[in-house]
Amino acid sequence: MNMTVATNLRQTADRRNDPFDVERIRADFPILGKEIYGKKLVYLDNGASAQKPRAVIDAMREVMEGEYANIHRGVHYLSQRLTDRYEQARATIAKFMNAGSPDEVVITRNATESINLVAASWGRKFLAAGDEIVVSEMEHHANIVPWQMLRDEKGVVIKVVPIDDAGNFLLDAYERLLGPKTRLVAVTHASNVLGTITPAKEIVRLAHARGIPVLLDGSQAIVHGGVDVRDLDVDFYAFTGHKLYGPTAIGVLYGKAALLAKMPPYQGGGDMIADVTFEKTTYREPPARFEAGTPPIVEAIGLAAAIDYVQSIGMDRIAAHEQDLLRYATARLGEIEGLRIFGTAREKCAILSFAMEGVHAHDVGTIIDRAGVAVRAGHHCAQPLMERLGVPATARASFAMYNTRAEVDALVAALGTVQEIFG
Amino acid sequence: MADDLRELYQEVILDHGKRPRNFRHPADANREAHGNNPLCGDRLVVFLKVDDKGVIQDAAFEGRGCAISTASASMMTEMLKGKTAEQAHRLFDAFHRMCTTDSHGDVPADLADDLEKLQVLSGVRQFPMRVKCATLAWHTMNAAMAGQVETSTE
Repeated sequence: MNMTVATNLRQTADRRNDPFDVERIRADFPILGKEIYGKKLVYLDNGASAQKPRAVIDAMREVMEGEYANIHRGVHYLSQRLTDRYEQARATIAKFMNAGSPDEVVITRNATESINLVAASWGRKFLAAGDEIVVSEMEHHANIVPWQMLRDEKGVVIKVVPIDDAGNFLLDAYERLLGPKTRLVAVTHASNVLGTITPAKEIVRLAHARGIPVLLDGSQAIVHGGVDVRDLDVDFYAFTGHKLYGPTAIGVLYGKAALLAKMPPYQGGGDMIADVTFEKTTYREPPARFEAGTPPIVEAIGLAAAIDYVQSIGMDRIAAHEQDLLRYATARLGEIEGLRIFGTAREKCAILSFAMEGVHAHDVGTIIDRAGVAVRAGHHCAQPLMERLGVPATARASFAMYNTRAEVDALVAALGTVQEIFG
Repeated sequence: MADDLRELYQEVILDHGKRPRNFRHPADANREAHGNNPLCGDRLVVFLKVDDKGVIQDAAFEGRGCAISTASASMMTEMLKGKTAEQAHRLFDAFHRMCTTDSHGDVPADLADDLEKLQVLSGVRQFPMRVKCATLAWHTMNAAMAGQVETSTE
């Protein structure tokens, strides 16, 4: 039977030479036409999760409608074909990050699982009581709790790099924390609350000068400008697919081949073994060693479609558009009396956290939601940072390639209602 | 502005939210529990002074939260004084029903005045994500009466 598979013929049109056209981009995202409480949706919660372009939705639907089977095990046509597509997706991800090889890309469930994988595999094998892990004050819980679990299990010590009041990562203080017992640096590449882009290259350089490997949590950073893991020379890089316009339940752990090769399996099961007897089991090479069980096949293809999509527009141009929105929003919100912006670091991605005097972030979130404006309100899974900022919660607007200045205006108008109510 | 917003943020709520009553730590409190809403990070502590006969002589709270949770805690402390443990428990039950369902069930005569005042908080029904804000202090009070020290709305 001669099967033609539509998805393989799909080509995302290259728009990099066209002008940046936000209306055309918006038309690619079906949900953006939706109304909330009879108001046009203004989606500014992209830091929590981004909306999905039709290219991703179609790619996933087409796999399930016409190409689906399990992978890595069937000799039949569909299984072989989908195995190829899954591995192609891995290659797309590898190229996007500029990994040395697709074998350095481990597919996980999300960034949280990627970090847990490093803690459970590398951490358990190579760390002992008294060894130090350096994190920063602005980590997401996902880059705190796995290390605390290791602390409870092995007695490792967690050291915390401070930030200044603007939210800048303090390199000098960081360098002073690197000592003879430091075994790992695990910091964010961009803060999900403050937007701060950390000086990743410098962080890696200073750690490597002392022989210390570095893990970066790239969940936010990769969305707003991409990443070049070889340029950074970073050892581990974790990110999640759903913030990058891809589906949920897929994440990535990049690891340098030499490091992954020394790491024991994280979970046991099918697909990760070379040979199993009841006496002894041998494991496959990375990345398969770390992908026990049926992986997120459809989601991997969806993430590859998302990557194709953002690259067809151009990461640089997306970043430039978002920076324009960030500047505009910072200026407009700055005009609101009693509104305080958190995070004014020198280098920021398009995330704007704020608090209104005398009004809790939840009340802000509820009131502007009624105007169709979606923001995040709460501690953003970064309670230690909230403690540092001295607030229980903030409201956070986070921008994506499809947002517009008019949407910033809608946010400002909705915040006017907050003032009206709370007077 | 949407009507349901006006209903949620009535003057009484805004007033209690800004100027909470009984916002203090009584030195002679003999019951205390910590309430925590892990979803949003809101925390509060409810202090009670219960006498030998099981009657609440004093009720107060401290902590930080949104207008809804602060107002609810403030109004609760005003109502608890003079109530027996059994009455406090029934008030909690009736208030919880008011925040989550449209039917209030039978309003107990001895609590009718209190429940009428608490009607201002029933606007949260239209905002399912905020029901926990309105009930956090009450869950915490319940825990304090039961002798627990920690409670959570999760």
